[in-house]
Amino acid sequence: MIVRVDGEELVTESGRTVAGLLLALGRVSWRTTRGGGRPRGVFCGIGVCHDCLVVVNGAADVRACQRLVRDGDDIRTQDGAELPA
Amino acid sequence: MSGPGVAGPVVVIGGGPAGMAAARAAARLGVRVLLVDSGAMLGGQYHRQNSLAGRDLFALPPGVEHLPHTVVWALEPVPGGGHRVHLRTGPADGPGRTGREVGTRALVLATGAYDRALPFPGWDLPGVYTAGAAQALAKGQGVRVGERVLVAGTGPFLLPVAASLTAAGAGVAGVLEAAEPVTAWLRRPAGAVAGWRKFGELAGYAALLARHRIPYRRRTAVVAAHGTDRVEAVTTARLTPGWETVPGSERRVEADAVCVGFGFVPQVETALAAGCALDGGFVAVDAAQATSVPGVFAAGELTGVGGAGPAAAEGEVAGVAAAKLLGARPAPPAAALRRVRAGRGFAAALARAYPVRDGWRTWLADDTLVCRCEEVPYGELRRSVQEREALGVRAVKLVSRAGLGQCQGRVCGPNVACLTGVPDAAAFARRPIASPVRLGELAEPPPAEPEPGT
Ligand SMILES: Cc1cc2nc3c(=O)[nH]c(=O)nc-3n(C[C@H](O)[C@H](O)[C@H](O)COP(=O)(O)OP(=O)(O)OC[C@H]3O[C@@H](n4cnc5c(N)ncnc54)[C@H](O)[C@@H]3O)c2cc1C
Ligand code: FES
Repeated sequence: MIVRVDGEELVTESGRTVAGLLLALGRVSWRTTRGGGRPRGVFCGIGVCHDCLVVVNGAADVRACQRLVRDGDDIRTQDGAELPA
Repeated sequence: MSGPGVAGPVVVIGGGPAGMAAARAAARLGVRVLLVDSGAMLGGQYHRQNSLAGRDLFALPPGVEHLPHTVVWALEPVPGGGHRVHLRTGPADGPGRTGREVGTRALVLATGAYDRALPFPGWDLPGVYTAGAAQALAKGQGVRVGERVLVAGTGPFLLPVAASLTAAGAGVAGVLEAAEPVTAWLRRPAGAVAGWRKFGELAGYAALLARHRIPYRRRTAVVAAHGTDRVEAVTTARLTPGWETVPGSERRVEADAVCVGFGFVPQVETALAAGCALDGGFVAVDAAQATSVPGVFAAGELTGVGGAGPAAAEGEVAGVAAAKLLGARPAPPAAALRRVRAGRGFAAALARAYPVRDGWRTWLADDTLVCRCEEVPYGELRRSVQEREALGVRAVKLVSRAGLGQCQGRVCGPNVACLTGVPDAAAFARRPIASPVRLGELAEPPPAEPEPGT
């Protein structure tokens, strides 16, 4: 399947979580915090901590460790607080 | 599948070892079962399946309807008995999920637990993971979190994490155990015997560490992580028996990832929503896994941490009890009851052998974030609580903002309670919404709902 990560098209397999995909690409962070603008990526890995938030198909605050990629997904880095789509 | 006089369904929340065993036991007695789990595949944390493989290796008997990709986000009692369970099915946190409400008179909660992480300077840097995250990514995604990784914390769970990291091709630079577990175990022979099967497993891990020349250090911890945008190095230190750092024992170690775990925190939101009483932070249950609320059972790490075996035994007992409540006539599950008793002995011994000691507070600096979501540093937490004389959980949250962020205090709750000395740590887990839902979803009209017992 084909997905877009920050505008770049790439091929991936089904069963990948968004976090698994980004980590496999060598990225360790993909959002910044609202207050200090600090980088964050995966912390708990199982949907508890909300550190791994990412924008998927325009919807912000999606937990990357919980979300499985689907063909055509548009995945974007999340900067600070994004308003809900 | 319902036998004569057997109403249904039993609703089981959680598809780990406990929830699967509950569903199987109830279905075997002829009761319809609805098994709800947020994951794509069955197994929960212990049996985490590789989702790239694409095929669920667990089969459940006919009579069990498994709802994957489904979260329970709220629970409400129904006047006259039973509960209404609110579900959402679809891509995690997506806007277009399908809502459903199910009524039940026999509810089994098997929502498991998550790692406890203690704060230290730099723990919010990318590259610091919980031990469970490293485990879940290695097993479920075949991804290693680093090339040179330190595993640190307390408890036997650090060993399977080091094993999975090694299997995923990561170099494990060391396993650091904060406690002095060998002597702790020797002082508790009864608990040690109850957990003998687990010991066989642990001996296997010890051999693996030796084979890969991975050092295992006791009374040692990672007390700081360094780097600008990600972890580049950590400071390790020897600990006193009370977990304060031994002056002069600090060492800087190059590493691109750290995995920390200090035991587990039960996932109690749905249990609290149902009004179940807790005991020491875990859901209180009797010999039949019944909670303080009629018609609600709990099983697995929600009731105490003893590993996958005892979790499955508790699940079986809970499934039988739930089916009995709906009219089935089971024989007492004698073998499972025996395993539950042994498992409780093991869990108690584990808790005594690996307590979290107060000295971890001395690892914190004034600017160390205590609440990761709201970015509340330790100094600010201390000041706001002192100046405003916040004594209870609600007051501490309001004056400091700790616990008010997106994780709703799941990560910082136990630590903030400890740092501020508020008595009821479990109050951090009282959340109106058990699992995140989008605002648009809340505004939708509820779907048609069947009544409990039909
Ligand atoms: C990340 C992680 C990895 C672990 N790996 C190991 C290991 O490799 N070896 C080992 O010995 N122990 C491991 N453990 C310890 C483990 O918790 C137990 O041994 C065992 O899995 C407990 O079984 P359980 O059935 O009680 O809960 P779990 O296995 O945790 O299952 C609970 C299930 O409930 C689901 N759930 C929770 N809340 C909801 C909700 N609101 N709606 C829908 N579904 C929900 C969860 O998604 C999960 O699938 C791990 C723990 C964690 C946190
Ligand atoms: S890493 Fe914690 S929610 Fe995804």
